[in-house]
Amino acid sequence: MTVIIGLEIHCQLNTKTKLFCGCSTDYRDDGPNTHVCPVCLGLPGTLPVTNKQAVIYALRVAKALHCEVPAFSEFARKNYFYPDLPKAFQITQYDKPLALGGYIEIEAEGGGEKRIELTRIHMEEDPGRLVHKGSGDRGRYTLVDYNRSGVPLIEIVTEPQLSSPKEARRFLNKLRATLEYLGIYDSEREGSLRVDANISIKGYERVEVKNITSYKGVEKALTFEITRQKGMIRRNAQIVRETRHYQEARGVTTSARSKEMEHDYRYFPEPDLAPLEVSSWVEEIALPELPDARRDRFMQQYGISQNHARTLTGDLKLAEFFEEVTSGMPEIAAPWTADILLGELNYRDMPVTKVPNLHYRALLEEVKKGSVTDTSAVEVLRLILNQVMEGQAPEMPGVIIARLGLSKEEGESFVEVVASVLKENEAAVADHRSGKAGAINFLVGQVMKATRGRADPKEIARIIGDLLKD
Amino acid sequence: MVTKEDVAHIATIADIGVDDSELELFTGQFNAILEYFGVLDSVEGGADAVHSRTNVFREDLVKPSLLNDEVLMNAQDPEDGFIRAPRVI
Repeated sequence: MTVIIGLEIHCQLNTKTKLFCGCSTDYRDDGPNTHVCPVCLGLPGTLPVTNKQAVIYALRVAKALHCEVPAFSEFARKNYFYPDLPKAFQITQYDKPLALGGYIEIEAEGGGEKRIELTRIHMEEDPGRLVHKGSGDRGRYTLVDYNRSGVPLIEIVTEPQLSSPKEARRFLNKLRATLEYLGIYDSEREGSLRVDANISIKGYERVEVKNITSYKGVEKALTFEITRQKGMIRRNAQIVRETRHYQEARGVTTSARSKEMEHDYRYFPEPDLAPLEVSSWVEEIALPELPDARRDRFMQQYGISQNHARTLTGDLKLAEFFEEVTSGMPEIAAPWTADILLGELNYRDMPVTKVPNLHYRALLEEVKKGSVTDTSAVEVLRLILNQVMEGQAPEMPGVIIARLGLSKEEGESFVEVVASVLKENEAAVADHRSGKAGAINFLVGQVMKATRGRADPKEIARIIGDLLKD
Repeated sequence: MVTKEDVAHIATIADIGVDDSELELFTGQFNAILEYFGVLDSVEGGADAVHSRTNVFREDLVKPSLLNDEVLMNAQDPEDGFIRAPRVI
């Protein structure tokens, strides 16, 4: 059963003001309905005027993603009755979008690149935020906050060319990185990237899944929906063309009520806004170094592997951090940052921007000098990260190493420890003597545990070998 | 020409209850409004005049927003700075 996935990605542009009025978009720490004005409240007699910077940002994305920008584009009204927009319509683009076509290249299954084509990119205003309150049929009501109403969005629509949730995740990672490199979006802002997905099994109806509010939820939502559709096909049940909502907390999709599906938007050109003739601007737009170019440069300049280069450039802040700490020792900085640091950060849900460069760089130097084992260095790193997370001033690695006695000692001083471990683990020693391959690793592990990681595992393995030599 | 069916359909989408006598009334009103557009269409150049200008922009400069009190001045029964609406789900 072939899976076919297409995505629609909404990305908030990080302009200072909204798309059609001068209200500030920086409302994060402010109360509801404090960043609104007669224009974004849709009061009678007001007129919207397009934010030039938003158009420039959208064109920057269009250029980076190899889109064609038509000579003429215009805004349109999408009419619907829902309190998230006070005007009873959303200003968006319909049959004359800002950009057409384009593509993104992602890592293909089994190496190489796969090109995912785009249908279009258009601009629109974000609706307001609704908070549903109360319980029961009569008690329920809805609270409306229009601070977000009118924030500029671009909607990027892909062709149905993604074939698995994993591929969709790769696509989104690449897109997110590109948008971040372009400096047009704030990845740390909640809800700045939102995804709808069209999913079908080849030969059957397609289903639209909405409400995937975090890009991390996409893989889970898609996996659930594909499993559901395949299950229906196996049971000979009919898949109906419908819109489903993703319920993040439960990890499931549920059918939207048919009324919400009533697509009768009666689009027409927005008479209050002048159309755009901006195709000639594209040439003047300068693009920064984008993820692929940076990946290739990392491989060439630092001599690191393609996998490490890909990981390190997959996030702008991570790439910048790596370049700040790597000088003179990329062969250590690359695996440490891509394999170890990133794992520790994910575990703590900590942004790389919080890692103290100076301390991290000093730790890499200790590793390079060989004054600590990798195990001890990880322990030091964890301590430093925990100190930062707890709001303390982190200690320098040298201080921690001295305080905890983590300094790597010469192998010979562990002979006694090794001897006692061998005595306590006669069964493993016997296994080793009978040629069982895993036994030596177990014994090394026991010594590492006894020395709290201060010993060099290779050295310990050598000592064990010596002591067991008859 | 707007028909009674058109009005009934829009009313359903907007979740507004409209009875038969109102249907008659609103259909008549809709058509009366559309007649005004018929007059506009007869003007030379017509509605195209709107699109004679392109690329009208403003710079990305913050202007003061309304005070929350002002925003809520016409809202019925606001709550904690929010506008309160009937349930929608």
